[in-house]
Amino acid sequence: MEDRQTLNRQLAQMLKGGVIMDVTTPEQARIAEAAGACAVMALERIPADIRAAGGVSRMSDPKMIRGIQEAVTIPVMAKCRIGHFAEAQILEAIEIDYIDESEVLSPADDIYHIDKRKFRVPFVCGAKDLGEALRRINEGATMIRTKGEPGTGDIIQAVRHMRLMQSEIRRLVSLNDDELYEAAKQLRVPYDLVRYVHENGKLPVVNFAAGGVATPADAALMMQLGAEGVFVGSGIFKSGNPEKRAQAIVKAVTNYNNPTVLAELSEDLGEAMVGINESEIQLLMAERGL
Amino acid sequence: MKIAILALQGAFAEHEQMFRNLGAETTLIRNLADWRNFMSSPSGGMRGGTIPGGESTAMMRIMRDEGLFEPIRRAILDGLPAFGTCAGLIMLDRNHLNVMDIKARRNAYGRQLGSFNTEGDFVGIGQVPMTFIRAPYIEEAGPEVEILARVDGKAVAARQKNMLVTAFHPELTDDTSVHELFLGMVTKCHVPV
Repeated sequence: MEDRQTLNRQLAQMLKGGVIMDVTTPEQARIAEAAGACAVMALERIPADIRAAGGVSRMSDPKMIRGIQEAVTIPVMAKCRIGHFAEAQILEAIEIDYIDESEVLSPADDIYHIDKRKFRVPFVCGAKDLGEALRRINEGATMIRTKGEPGTGDIIQAVRHMRLMQSEIRRLVSLNDDELYEAAKQLRVPYDLVRYVHENGKLPVVNFAAGGVATPADAALMMQLGAEGVFVGSGIFKSGNPEKRAQAIVKAVTNYNNPTVLAELSEDLGEAMVGINESEIQLLMAERGL
Repeated sequence: MKIAILALQGAFAEHEQMFRNLGAETTLIRNLADWRNFMSSPSGGMRGGTIPGGESTAMMRIMRDEGLFEPIRRAILDGLPAFGTCAGLIMLDRNHLNVMDIKARRNAYGRQLGSFNTEGDFVGIGQVPMTFIRAPYIEEAGPEVEILARVDGKAVAARQKNMLVTAFHPELTDDTSVHELFLGMVTKCHVPV
């Protein structure tokens, strides 16, 4: 009777049109909530610092996550390593609202992702293209996000992933029924998921943008490209005025199609995070877990 | 008939689809200009507003900053039929827009692990499917409030004059009966708002 997959997809529906912010302390979580975040991602280090620190990056201390759960009333998400189902079990035990099986942490398994259908808590996973998105959904992910390069402040990868996914979706919609079997084979995903996209012109789960969002304009760009909401990681608490920038990005997602409002929101935000261009970085996290 | 749907954050598209399927015209409200256009457009007196599910803290913040709080509150007090689901129920309560004489208990069923589906009896409709996502319930209700549904003894749907609220999400199911009930309220209201 209990259909967790559906309930978990529906929680993601409630997050649409919203901004999910990375936070490392209860104080940051409260700032994010007050600014209008629809959820927070609790982690010990934001991606920019993970990138700078190097080494193996793991799930955060459950005590630290609990501190954030106690600080806010909005949903709290946390990351586990790709394939690390024991970390996921721990996050489920502390009643996390969403697990991000994330390439931002060091992968624990280079072949298998977590069998997410075995869990009662929901999972969000990153994807660079339609095949990856549908494979994660088949494994039980109930929300998808782009795998834009985290901790860089460079939007180019998120744009690339979202554009590719949307154009692949449009292509599937245009196929004849008898061509869908071959499409399923090429995408390495079950026929039923291909059929769903063909008939509905969208993924069967909510699709957010993530990675490299640093300004209200970045958020608006991703929404206009078809994202249903935005994750902001390092972009907020690595900037000069986190509170103001957080509020501005929240409102930019609501008014993503209104350049007059976006112009006002983009004023006087102080320093944006110092970005790194994708060509300057050593480690492409998007290549983790395909 | 025109239905405005607050589209600051959350599952507004699902309500939009539901109302359109029922033949109502819909407008998404993202800012004060949208609201003014909606309120000044001709509707033959048949107008209503919906606050969807989502995060009430996010919606409240944007609503206040956009200057939507007072105009929406005033319109509902003046008789505009209003429908709130989940976060929308919270926003109509005493501690938020303070238009309905109820007190919502937020996250009353706990975190996402506490989310559930059920079926329950709804006054005037009968059995309806109910989807609760990190849902509230009504923990206090004034004398003018009619409780329309209970789950495990807790009030999860209610009506007071021009206002209808559910703690669950009728917009996430195929059952249109609660939306039809609201459209019925809009039709009967005939207030020149």
